[in-house]
This record gives sequence, structure tokens and C-alpha cells, in this order.
Amino acid sequence: MELAIFYISAIVAAGGALMMILQRNPVASVLYLILSLVALAVLFVQLSALFVGSLLIIVYAGAILVLFLFVIMLLNLRGEKFTSEKPILDKGTKITLVVLFFMELVILIKQMAFPQRMDSLMTQASPDFGGVEPVATLLYTKYLYPFELTSILLLVAIVGAVIMAKRDKNEEEGER
Amino acid sequence: MNQTLFLIPLFPLIGFLLNGLFLGRLNKKLISLIACGSVGLSFIVGLKMFFQLISLPENTRAIEEILFTWIPSGEFVVSFGYLFDPLSAIMVLVVSGVGFLIHVYSVGYMHDDPGYGRYFTYLNLFIFAMLTLVLANNYLLMFVGWEGVGLCSYLLIGFWFEKKSASDAGKKAFIVNRIGDFGFILGLFIIFWNVRSLDYNEVFVRAPEVFALGGGLITAATLLLFLGATGKSAQIPLYVWLPDAMEGPTPVSALIHAATMVTAGVYMIARSNVLFMLAPSTMTVVAIVGIATALLAATIALAQNDIKRVLAYSTISQLGYMFTACGVAAFAAGIFHLMTHAFFKALLFLGSGSVIHALAGQQDMRYMGGLKRHMKTTYVTFFIATLAIAGIPGLSGFFSKDEILWKAFSSNQGSIWIWLVALFTALMTAFYMFRLVFLTFYGQERMDHHTKEHLHESPKMMTVPLSILAVLSIIGGYVGIPHILGGGNQFEKFLEPVMKGVHHGGEEHALASSGHSAGTELTLMFGSVALILVSIYLSYYLYVKNVALVGRLRNSVSGIHKIIYGKFFIDELYNAIIIRPLVGGSLFLWKIVDVVLIDGVLNGLAILIGDVSLGARKMQSGQLRRYATVFLAGVVIIIGYFALR
Amino acid sequence: MVPMPHYLILSALLFAIGAAGVILSRNLLIMFMSIEVMLNAANLAIITFSRFLNVMDGHVFVFLVMAIAAAEAAVGLAMIITIFRNRGTIDADKFNLMKW
Repeated sequence: MELAIFYISAIVAAGGALMMILQRNPVASVLYLILSLVALAVLFVQLSALFVGSLLIIVYAGAILVLFLFVIMLLNLRGEKFTSEKPILDKGTKITLVVLFFMELVILIKQMAFPQRMDSLMTQASPDFGGVEPVATLLYTKYLYPFELTSILLLVAIVGAVIMAKRDKNEEEGER
Repeated sequence: MNQTLFLIPLFPLIGFLLNGLFLGRLNKKLISLIACGSVGLSFIVGLKMFFQLISLPENTRAIEEILFTWIPSGEFVVSFGYLFDPLSAIMVLVVSGVGFLIHVYSVGYMHDDPGYGRYFTYLNLFIFAMLTLVLANNYLLMFVGWEGVGLCSYLLIGFWFEKKSASDAGKKAFIVNRIGDFGFILGLFIIFWNVRSLDYNEVFVRAPEVFALGGGLITAATLLLFLGATGKSAQIPLYVWLPDAMEGPTPVSALIHAATMVTAGVYMIARSNVLFMLAPSTMTVVAIVGIATALLAATIALAQNDIKRVLAYSTISQLGYMFTACGVAAFAAGIFHLMTHAFFKALLFLGSGSVIHALAGQQDMRYMGGLKRHMKTTYVTFFIATLAIAGIPGLSGFFSKDEILWKAFSSNQGSIWIWLVALFTALMTAFYMFRLVFLTFYGQERMDHHTKEHLHESPKMMTVPLSILAVLSIIGGYVGIPHILGGGNQFEKFLEPVMKGVHHGGEEHALASSGHSAGTELTLMFGSVALILVSIYLSYYLYVKNVALVGRLRNSVSGIHKIIYGKFFIDELYNAIIIRPLVGGSLFLWKIVDVVLIDGVLNGLAILIGDVSLGARKMQSGQLRRYATVFLAGVVIIIGYFALR
Repeated sequence: MVPMPHYLILSALLFAIGAAGVILSRNLLIMFMSIEVMLNAANLAIITFSRFLNVMDGHVFVFLVMAIAAAEAAVGLAMIITIFRNRGTIDADKFNLMKW
């Protein structure tokens, strides 16, 4: 049963990602990406990461990608045609490169000695593993400073985004 | 001990900083107030310190203030300290006193100059550097002042830098001085290497133990120091810069190139008397160079037409006198002459400045004459100074010059030949100085009509300093009336604690001079005065009574006249034997070695790298995807290394 | 229980797809989304290790990665808007001013 859920979710996640990069229409791309992320969230939950899985759907799929949708609609980018210039490297080479990359990763994973040992370590996770409270406890104790720094980073990003997107020709000149 | 000594150089420094930092933002009144006030305050503090000094018992007359350790570097420790002893006391009073008067004079003289603030900034910096030079308690700090005055001299000679001759003269002065400075600092190296210190106290105490009398090392060291002195004090062979220095404003010539800076060399030698006494051969060189300079410069001065040039050569000649005095171990006499010379030469220069001012910049004596009627104060003061420099009894120059002549004759190191040349020079001095006076103030008015109408006496700001200096020129000599005239030579006695080198030879010296009777001294004195009077009359006869005779005389010896007028062509000689080859060699180094060889190799390398880069830069296409692809390829290679290992 | 290599290989696959998206697509937006895919592939790997090592620190890291992704999205989208406003296109190959 678990294996079945894994395979279904995996296929949906990978397929969604693949479809996303193959789409011409950015809106469709975003929708495929959301699909992929939802499938990923299922896997997170399967790995007892309940809190992070929920965040993935609420924050990622719900907020960030909706922001993407807004931008696409704001720019009115339905299926923009790109005039084809001669690419420096042809598609075949690039795809070969990516496949090679994937193969190497698989080889690395296969070579790893510890997964077998870890399977034996695998015990039933404690009931509140990955729940809101233990993760939050960690965030506010062991990782307090990184957490607070993240808030500053977000603040900076918001200010930066507002300034860059402002409709002021003179100020935009420098950003290009 | 309450420290007040450092105030003396501090005031001009503050004046320099105020005037320099707020350059162009202060009005003229404030600039003059700051500049004159700071020097005046220095003078007052110097005076106070002077009285404090003479209240001390004779043998402990030295006030030393060490402000902080300046360079602590292992064995090499130099403190930043000031020393106020009789020698530096006299120098401080002369520098700040004459300096103050010249500052006041400059307020009138430079009144309409656009560079007014700049001028006083430089002048204050100069006073600061000069006071540092004379107050330093070690050679290195003295060197700082030494270089500082050189810099100010350069800046002030080239003050009217838009005039090419002025900026050239500034450069010449600086470069010639550098040759001397190089000798000076090499001398310091030798001293430090052997004594392991540069503090006066230590050097003078330990030098007799370290150096053998007349040894090679001390001779080399003192000769190098003397080279420095010839540069700064314009002696053969480095005197060529001083006449050109007259391109600067006249008060500058008075202050720097007559009264103070050029005497730095004399001061330095008097300060180092201990060292110089250890090297008799150097002393001989000093005496010979001094007397030769005196003679040469006096000869040149006979034939010059530019009023300031005559004074410049006269300065060189008088400096030669001072060196002669030092060379015959009469350091006190040298300093005495330095002081009186500061008074009357400053007065002469300021007087000539007043004349030039009245004639709207005319410096050629052939276009002067008859100014006596128009410029009463200038004439009277100028005449007093001329009497003083000529050595007329009763004025300051007489006492100091006579002291030198007598010492040249009687001292162990002196000789009758030096005395003869010195006397001859004195006669020439009297002659050309009176020639100057007669050409300027007597006879017909030879200036053009336009200037004649504008003849005027200079403003009070200028005439008051002239009068004060005139008084000083008269009474300045009475501090050192010789024994023979019943004065007891207070001046020499005052300086005695500093002249440690002469001191231990004092008894010998007394014995030696007793060999000459008082009668000899009096005879020589009156003889020289009589000859000087004759020389003055000759000058009067030639330049007032019988003017035509001069022209005939000049024609009959036109060859000699040409040589003298051309200053013995020393400049041309230097040009031919030093500057030309140097320029030629430099040109070779520049055109061949630098441009072809060095630049060729470097440019070749640069072109090579440029060509390679030209190809390599194609990689930077500016395209994001391409970068990402290359990035991924790199990652593939690295991971591949780990995966397939 | 699903064995660990399964998750890791899926993570590698998603990462490779993301990388392919970045180097193959000319649309800046799609490139940007591909980066999000790559980030989440990394997230999956972190969660996997976290689960199999039975420690929850990984969850905190994923949390931080999401915060950074949000910041990145905000800035990145602002840049895309600015670029589009100035150049009228979001074709990545059109932007090559930063070359030699």
C-alpha cells in the first residue's frame, strides 16, 4: 500500500515537473508545478513530515505560485513565441548532459553504503515526529538565530522587491 | 619644569595652519594679524626664555625640553626635543625678531598681491621650520627643519610661479640644495654609525672618545656636513642658486636668502664645533672655501646692474666671511657676524624692496638714481646699512667684521694669506656697496618719465621696520666690543658654553694670541678702516664725481668686465660639465632603455595577454542559459569524478 | 515501508528535470519555476534523510529553504517585472548586455 502511494505520487510529481518545462503557456506551467508540489507534499506526509508537508501546500502552492500566476497575468504572457536564434548548444547535447547528470546521481545513491544500514535503523517513528510542536520547539530553541535571521532576509527581500518593481523609470535603469 | 620652549615654534605652526587651512576665506587684515601675531608671540616667548637663560649660572646655561620619543627603533632612538642654549637663543631671537619685522614689512609690500594669504602661509611655515632647525636638540630634528626651510625657500622663490624664470629659479634652488642635503644626511649616517646617537649632548660628549683627532672618519663626516652647509648657505661650489633666488618677492629675499635660512649652514657648523675641531683638515677646507667664496662673490658683485643681484652676491660674500671665521675656529665671531649681517642685510634688502616698490618693479640700477630726494627714510636707513656692511667704525658690521679679520690673522688655524684676502674682499665690499648707493640714490634720475612722476616714499608699514632694523644695525655690534677697545667681548663669552670644542684648546689659543701684541691688533684695525675709507672715496669718485671715467675704464678692460659681468660663467660651466651630460644620459635612458627596452617588453607582454584575452572573452557571452549549461557541465564532471572513482 | 533509495532517486530525478528546465527553456519564468523544482528536490532529500535518521533538524532546514524560496520569488519576480517593462520580453537569450 505505501509503495503504491509512493509510486503514484512519484509519477505525478516527476510528470508534473516534466510537463511544466515542456509547456509553452506559462499559466499551464504554473498549474503543472502546483500539481507536482501537491504530489511532493503527499510524499512528505508519507515521510512523517506533517508540518513541513502542510507548509509546502499552504505556502508554496498556495502563496508563492499564486504570486507567479499574478505576475504572468500582470505581464499578459500567454504563450509568448520566442523567435528562435541559433542556440549555442543544441537541444540534444543539453539533454544528454542532463541525463548524464541524473545517471551519475543514481550511481552515487547506489554506491552509498549507509542506506542499507539505515533501513535497519528504521523504527516506527514516534507519533509526534514531524508535528507542529516539536518542529516549532526546535525552531525556537536550537535554531533561534537562523530563524530570526530568516525574518530579516524576508524583510529585505520585500523592501527590495517593492523598490525594484516601482514604476520609476530612472530607478529601474540600474537594475537591468 | 614648566615647558614653554615648544611654544616658540608652535605659534608660527598655528599661524601656518590657520592661514593655510582657511586659505582664501580670510580677509587681508586677519591674515596679517595671524601671521605677524604668531611670529611676534614667538619672539616674545623667545625673549622671555632668553632672560630666563641668562639668569642661570654660566655653565648650566641650557634649557632642554623633550616632548616625546619620536623614533624608537631598537638602538636608534630619537627624541623630539628642543634645546635652548646661548647659541640657539641668539638664533631664535634673530629669526623671530627679524622675521617679525619682515612680516610687518610684507604687509605693506605684498598688499596688492593676489597670493597674499598664500604668501603669509609660506612665510609662517618657513619661520616654523627655521625655529625647529635652530631649536632642535638632535641632528635629525635639525634635518627636519633643514628640509623644511629648503621647501619654503623653493615655494617662496617660485612664489610668482606663472613667471617661468621664477619657477625655474625655485627648482634650481631646490635641486642644488638637495645635493647639499645629501651630503648632510650622509654625514649624519657616519656620526650615528660611530657614536650611536644623534643627540647633541651625547654626540659632543662622546665624539672626542670615538673619533681620533684628524682621523679619516671624522674628516669625512665633517666634510659631508660642510657639503650640506655649502648647499644651504650658498658657498662654492653650490652657491649658484642664491642669485637666482632673487626672483622671489623682495621681503622673502630679505628674510630667507639673506637674514636667516642661508645662515643655517653657519649655525650648523658652529653647533658642531666639537666635531669640526676634531678634523683640522676640514677646518682648512672650510676656511679656504669661505674666503674663496667671499672673494669670488665680491668680484662678481662689482659688475652687476640688478640691485637685488648685487645684494645677493654680497650675501654670498658675507656668508663666505662667516665660514672663514668658522674655519679659523672663531665660531663665536662667525655667529656674531651672522647676527649683525642679519640686521643690516635684511635692512638692505627691505630698502631695495622699498626702492623697487617706488619704481614700480624696476630692478636695474642703470635706470635709477637721484632717489635721495624722494625717499628720505629709505635713503637714510639704506645708507646706515651700507655703512654697517662696509665696516665703518661705530656700526655693527665693523665689530663683527673686524673680529673675523683679527681672528683670521691671529688664530692658530688662520694665516696672513687668509687675512689679506679677507681684507681685500672687505675693500671690494665697501666699493660695490657704495657703488650701489651712489647709483641708486645719487646722481641723475635715469628712470623714464612715467615712473618719475609716481615716485613716492613707501607706506609706514614698510618704513617702520626699516627704521627699527637701522637702529639694530647700529647698536647690534655693541654686544661684542673686542677686548682691545675695552669691551670684553660679551658676545663671545656668552657663547662660550656652547663652544666646547674650542674650549679645551682655549689656553693654547690664549697663548697664541698673546704672541700678537695689542699694538698689532690696533694697527690692523685702523689700517683696514683707512683702506675701506679710501675704497669708498674711490667709489664716490667713479660713480658720482667722474661718471664718464667708468665707461672708459670699462672699455679698456672690457674682456675682464665681460667675464665678471657674466659671473665668471660658472652657471654655463655647470651647464656644460654637469647638466648637459646628465640630460644626455637621461635622454639615452629614456629614449632607448626605457621606451624601447623596458616599455617594449612590457607592452609586448600586454599585447600578448590582450590578444589571448580577446579570444577568451568570447566565452563571456552574457547569456544566462549558456552560463547555466556550462555550470551544469562542471557539476557533471565533478560528480562524475566521485561517482566513477 | 518504502526503501530510502526510492526517495533519493526521485529527488535526483526531480533535480535533473529542474536543471533541464533551466538550461533548455528560454522563458525566464519557466527557468525560475525550474529552480523551484530543484529546491524542492533538495527538500525531499532532506526530509528523507531526516526521517531515516530519526532527527527533526531536517524539517527546520526545509522550513528555512522555503523562507528563502519565498524571498527569492519576491525579488526574482520583481526583477522579471522590471525587465519586462524595460525590454518588452522575458526571453533569456535576449539579455546579453553583460558580455565582453
